[in-house]
This record gives sequence, C-alpha cells and structure tokens, in this order.
Amino acid sequence: MDLYQELILDHSKRPHHAGLREPFDAEVHHINPTCGDEVTLRVDVTGTGPDAVVTDISYAAQGCSISVASTSVLAEEVIGHPVDEALETFEAMRTMLTSKGQVAGDEDVIGDGVAFAGVSKYPARVKCALLGWTAFTDALARAGVDISSTSSPSPQGVSS
Amino acid sequence: MPDVQPFTDRELAALRGEFPILARSVRDGRPLVYLDSGATSHKPTAVLDAERAFYEQHNAAVHRGAHQLAEEATDEFESARATVAGFVGAPADEVVFTKNATEALNLVAYAFSNAAPTDGPKDERFVLAPGDEVLVTEMEHHANLVPWQELCRRTGATLRWVPVAGDGSLDLSTLPDLLTERTKVFAFTHVSNVLGTVNPVTELAQRAHAVGALVVVDACQSVPHLSVDVSTLGADFIAFSGHKVYGPMGVGVLWGRAELLEVMPPFLTGGSMIELVTMERSTYAPAPQKFEAGVPNAAQAVGLAAAVRWVEAIGIDRIHAHEAALVDALLAGLAERPWVRVVGPPRGVDRGGAVAFVVDGVHAHDVGQVLDDAGVAVRVGHHCAWPLHRVLDAAATTRASFGVHNGLDDVQSLLDALDRVPAIFGIDVDERRAG
Repeated sequence: MDLYQELILDHSKRPHHAGLREPFDAEVHHINPTCGDEVTLRVDVTGTGPDAVVTDISYAAQGCSISVASTSVLAEEVIGHPVDEALETFEAMRTMLTSKGQVAGDEDVIGDGVAFAGVSKYPARVKCALLGWTAFTDALARAGVDISSTSSPSPQGVSS
Repeated sequence: MPDVQPFTDRELAALRGEFPILARSVRDGRPLVYLDSGATSHKPTAVLDAERAFYEQHNAAVHRGAHQLAEEATDEFESARATVAGFVGAPADEVVFTKNATEALNLVAYAFSNAAPTDGPKDERFVLAPGDEVLVTEMEHHANLVPWQELCRRTGATLRWVPVAGDGSLDLSTLPDLLTERTKVFAFTHVSNVLGTVNPVTELAQRAHAVGALVVVDACQSVPHLSVDVSTLGADFIAFSGHKVYGPMGVGVLWGRAELLEVMPPFLTGGSMIELVTMERSTYAPAPQKFEAGVPNAAQAVGLAAAVRWVEAIGIDRIHAHEAALVDALLAGLAERPWVRVVGPPRGVDRGGAVAFVVDGVHAHDVGQVLDDAGVAVRVGHHCAWPLHRVLDAAATTRASFGVHNGLDDVQSLLDALDRVPAIFGIDVDERRAG
C-alpha cells in the first residue's frame, strides 16, 4: 500500500528532534480524541516580526506512525527557519493533506512532507498527519507570534 | 447451550444474502469483510423494507390527529414497542424509545435531583446529595460514564468505580468497600465493548439492591449477541441501541421497572409527553409517553421491531453459539501469533462478540489501515472507553466484532491481513517468538 512510504516509516521509528527541551516560549498539548493520539510540543522563537525565527521545536508524541512521522518532519523542516517561512510550509502541508489526493505537494516547500501525499486519500488519517502541525501553530500563537496569515487551526486541536 | 450449533455453511450463505451491503466491494474491488458490528450492525432487507413500508403506507405523526394514517402510524409505533419489549422479556409500557442508548442512559441520569420538577415530593431514590455515591466500573463506555460524572458534578455526589482485574473481569474483591449504603446508583455494562467480558449482572444487582442502590445496565453489547430477559436479569434499567441489533440508526431503548418510571421526572419536555398544559404549568402523561417528547422516531422504531423479529426467527441462542465459535477461532488464531496481545478474558471464558488486541510496537491506527487495505473493516482507537485503555496500558486497540453474517472465512481474512503488519512496520516476528 502506498500510504506507508519508507520516509514515513523511518521518521516514525526514529523521530527527528524528539524530546522536550529548554528553553521554550510556549508549550501545548494536543490530542486526537477519536484515537487518543497525543503530542506535547514546545516552540522556541527568537526575534520579532519579519525577523522571527523558529529556534527550536521539541516534542513528546504518542500515536500512530502517521502522526509521529508528521511531527518529526515538522521539526526537520521548520527548526532554524524564519517563522513566516514555517507558516508557509504549514499552509502547503495542510493544502496537500486536505486535497483528497489532488495536490501532490512541492518538495522545495515541504521537504519530506511530500511522503504524506497519500494520506490525503484517507480522510480519517488527515487528522493524524496534521496533529503536530496544528499544535505548532497553536504554540506559535501562544508564544505571541501573529499567525493570522494562516486560517484557524484544525477544530480537532484541543489545547490544555 | 450444548445443543445449539453455529450456522451451517448453507444457513450462513442465506443470511449473508439478506444484507444488501455485503454485495458491495471496498478498496479497489476487494470483498467487504465487515468485523465492526460492535460499532454498528448492517441492516437486513427485512428492516429496510419495514422502515420504507412505514413511510410509504402509514406515514403520520403518531399520538396526534384523528385521521386514518395517524391511527395506523400510532398502531405501528405502539406495536413496535410491544415487539421490542417482548424481545427483552418486558411489558410494553416499560419500554421507552430514545434516539440512542446514550440518550437512554442520560434519561436516567437526569432523573436524579435536577430534572424538570414534578409536583409533590420527590422519590428519595432519585435524590442525590453530597455524601451520596454513584458507582460505575473502569470498563464503561463513555456513554455509561460521562453522564454519571456530570450527575455527580451537578449534585455534589461522589463518583466511584470498580477496577478491572488483569484477566479483564471486574475486581469484585473491592465491592464491599465500594458498594455501601451511600451508593444510590450502580451503573455497569453487561458486556464490555472492548474486552468482551460478560459481567455477572444478576449477582451484582442483588448486591446493589441489598444496599438500596438502583441498578442501571448498559446492554448495548449483550442484546445483539445473547439472550437478555429483564424479568430475571435483576436490573432496574437497561439501555441498548437499535442500530447494533440490526435495526436502524436513530432509535435506542430504555427499559425501566414500571414503578420507577412512574416516579421519575421527565428528561426532555414538550409535546406528546404532557397530560394538561396551561400558560402557568403542565402535568405529564404516564410513562412511557412521559419520556418521549416531540414527534417520535416511529419509522425507526418500526424498523427496530422488524429487526428483533428477524433475530427471533434466527434464534438469539444460535446467534450466540455462532459468534462464540468465531470468537474462539479468532482467539486461537491470535494465540499463534506471539506478537499480538489480546485484551480481555482468556479463551474458554464466555465472551461477547468482540475481540480487541494490540500488536506491540504498531499503533492500532496503522494496524487498522493495513486491514482496511485488504477490505477488512475493524474498529481502531479507544472505542469510547479511554479510561479502560489506560488500565490496559494501551493508547489504542484494534477490535474485531462479529455479527450474524460473519464466518470462519472472515476470521481467516483478518488473520491473513494481520500477517502483513509485521513486515510493513519492521517488527521482528522471529525475535519475539524466541523471546
């Protein structure tokens, strides 16, 4: 089956940048209530406005291969990048995941995220793939970053 | 029931022919292997026809109007009530139609202390205050847990729970401490929707009644799979859903003892459930109408009556024997796979129609996805029993649950698809076997 690309399995077995680290500006806890997947995610941002950079994303994820791998890809693609660019990556990832198989995704924008293109054909799994990403945008907002360039996070996101 | 046999191949083929949905394919032309009847059962033609016939021939708002259709619709609805009541050994006026089992359980929970007040003194059994206790179990579906949590929050009563033992049974050694004269309600499931455990309802009800507690039983996973007779069960209330027993969605059942229904305040109020209404106040119709505000789900009730007649014609004891054989075959197959951990009672112990398991190292969502790819439909997640999954130390489980149309071929399809899981997710089967 084309859903479980090697990249996804690799990221899920050895998630990049996993663990919860200091320092951080905001921490959120998001769950997927239909399956019980959970992620605690911290974000550390330096600079403000157009100069803001995502210095670190650290996380503890418990869930299926799709949700863990997607969070790993998030950390891989976003750490060290400007916030504006990170939000563009999020938008591109979300557009692909919610496209029902119509958008393949641009590797230049979402990197290893293209491996998740097959997820969009399985509506029940889209929430899994978006769990870490919506947690990330929520954490950015809590860190005082203006995320109004993105539409509101997925309604499945539950903050603690 | 030693003489009751599973269905023959010929009988099974005939039963399958009665479910139109089994003729379709899934995921690029694969035959549908439906192992999710515990979530909702499919509907035989007899049920679909009955619901359609109601709309085509009798459609009217029941308990209203004096025209012929209104009379016929009312007769159909009340006749459905009698049929469904008879199915569980109850008189017709002890059965309340709700939209689902969740609403039925809420109806009872809302009878305590805070519902729309009736004239006159409240029945002491339905008054809850700080110091009183509500007892549930750790294996409850959220539908038989959250309403009691909320009731305790509203009234200041204390929620307590019976723990689940390692073998998937209730740890009854705790009962002397938990079930006391402070207990006003003991609410528990007849059959666990995850573990398959069959709880000793009659014994538990006797012990609850000995301390004056009311007994509420979630019968969602028992009524479709084994004989339930409220005249001997010992419960004060049972709730079950229509859609899990081959009936339509949108209809559930609350059975309650007549003398309790009589003193309970209504849950929802409005049309149909009244006796007399002035601008200042209202009085209520007798049960069960008192609990059925608004135009009821008559077509669904009629469909449910057709479903229970259909089940009665097959014989619930034969259904139980057939599903027990499938459960046993699945447990035997899973036991040959050391990388699978089954939750719930061991083989040989009576179970409901569900078997849940964990593939160590692979999330249930991923297991379910691989099974789905082979056309095998199972449930994955916490199955609305999140606290139980914490006890099981599993974030999620994969659950296969059987219906009358399942056979040993379906068990084999599940096992074959399951065998693809270790390779896809890099689980070393040999190492686990050696370990």
